[in-house]
Amino acid sequence: MISRLWNDLEGTFFPESALDFMPVDRLREVQLQRLKTVVSLAYGRVALFRERMDARGIKPSDIRCLDDVRRLPYSMKADLRDTYPYGLFAVPMTEVVRLHASSGTTGKPIVVGYTAQDMEVWKQVIVRSLLSAGFTRGDIVQNMYGYGLFTGGLGLHAGLEALEATVVPASGGNSERQIMLMKDFGVTAICGTPSYFVHLIEVAQKLGIDFKRDLKVQRGLFGAEPWSDGLRKYIEDTSGVKAYDIYGLSEIVGPGVGCECECRDGPHIFEDHFLVEIIDPDTLEPLPDGQEGELVFTTLSKQAMPAIRYRTRDITAIDPRPCSCGRTLRRIRRICRRSDDMFIIHGVNVFPSQIETALLRTEASLPHYLIVLTKRSGLDQMEVRVEITGEMLRDRVGAMEQLQKRFARSIEQVTGLHIAVTLVQPGSIARSEGKARRVLDQREPKP
Amino acid sequence: MKIRQISVFLENQPGRLSALCLTLAESGVNLAALTLSDAGEFGLLRFITSEPEKAERVAKAAGFATISSEVLALCLPNRPGGLAAVLAHLGLRGLSVEYMYAFARRTGDAVMITCFDDVDRAMAALQVAGVRLLEPADLFAGDQPLV
Repeated sequence: MISRLWNDLEGTFFPESALDFMPVDRLREVQLQRLKTVVSLAYGRVALFRERMDARGIKPSDIRCLDDVRRLPYSMKADLRDTYPYGLFAVPMTEVVRLHASSGTTGKPIVVGYTAQDMEVWKQVIVRSLLSAGFTRGDIVQNMYGYGLFTGGLGLHAGLEALEATVVPASGGNSERQIMLMKDFGVTAICGTPSYFVHLIEVAQKLGIDFKRDLKVQRGLFGAEPWSDGLRKYIEDTSGVKAYDIYGLSEIVGPGVGCECECRDGPHIFEDHFLVEIIDPDTLEPLPDGQEGELVFTTLSKQAMPAIRYRTRDITAIDPRPCSCGRTLRRIRRICRRSDDMFIIHGVNVFPSQIETALLRTEASLPHYLIVLTKRSGLDQMEVRVEITGEMLRDRVGAMEQLQKRFARSIEQVTGLHIAVTLVQPGSIARSEGKARRVLDQREPKP
Repeated sequence: MKIRQISVFLENQPGRLSALCLTLAESGVNLAALTLSDAGEFGLLRFITSEPEKAERVAKAAGFATISSEVLALCLPNRPGGLAAVLAHLGLRGLSVEYMYAFARRTGDAVMITCFDDVDRAMAALQVAGVRLLEPADLFAGDQPLV
């Protein structure tokens, strides 16, 4: 039974998740020692990092304190594409035991690799995530993340097995069966994307199944896409499932870069493995804790594919306040926005999450919606399509037009923009079984 | 007697009304009266059928947003002034009509499917005025088909 975690620092078994409560001084010491190692590895084995460090006149030996990380060059998604598939690997392929790849909506996917030790670290951070979200041995957990190239399914799976929970490897899709499994297997906890779970709540309602009354699901670990506090409230109010945010991205390790504890006030970052920075995305200058900017990670223990100051495109802030759970790991504010998702309408920056917030303010439940971007006379135009439900429908054309106006007014209050809202029939917006597609971009391809 | 009317939300796109009608046809639901209102980007199809529960169930199952409401079927003489007299009577009592749609019957009368803001008060006022309100059974017994 592996209810205790191997502590790779001390070479001993630690009580589970004890690493989360390490004294801060010790944590910073570990970080520095690991940072030196990873920078040497990246410099010695990865041409791209070496060239960029040489260009700045930086040697691995220049890393003497944690703040020296700021002297290192940044890396980003484009670097992974440019070096596709193995250009950023720091070990020979004989050492790589696993490959994962992103969905790759534009052109080639990005590829990430893991050594056996990377797999072990990944498993550990997921076990720590599960423990912090209150998952325990004895839980029957339905893992609804897609199994396959996506890091979510197999990543969570390994952690759940290590926790010795009972795993139901349902993967994504086949929504009616998902509900049946939850009911018949007495599932107590779930993992998946929040948007897919919202879809499942809807499917359950249609099947006449009430999550609170008919199912035993107590908690859910949700991630892989930004989701708002409003959506969390909606999930909890309608299904009674306590929703925890797990943060991660394939380029760093996959899910398990950070996870919320029982306080559910932003994910704690597993800082012993991931060095976190916030930078101003325009000037690229580091920002102090508490200030909002782009999240940047340097992996501290990755072997196969170390990431040096990887720009995530996620917009958040480091929350340095101590958490009442006692974890010494700093938290980040929940990610509601990615700078990649941002679009500019009439000169105003708009994020899909703002639309979600606006729709949730208008209706008690979150309707299915799609943001459609088009270009007219060289200007970006935006339309929000909202699916009507039986509950929203009124037998008055005027009342329906009022509803349309309420949506538009709410969007205007949140974004400051007057945006066209179109009411569409139920089911007419495609459902995603993995990450939600909230934006349909019909503008000409960007140069 | 109140009549149950079904309203269905339809996007203003070619084929949407057809899809709904096919769904109803496949389940053997016959529409006795209907009206389609248009609000630009979307429309509401309202109809009366002898099997409202079934119609609502199959439309919902096919993914349409539906709502049922109560309307009255006023049976009026099919001649000038037939409707005017009734409306004057209702207006004096502060009752207003939300919408109506009508069909004339070969039996010489006309049926006005009417939605009131206050259906119960309207029913009482119409009964006082001696207006005949059709039962669902009367409505669907109908007259002899011409086609």
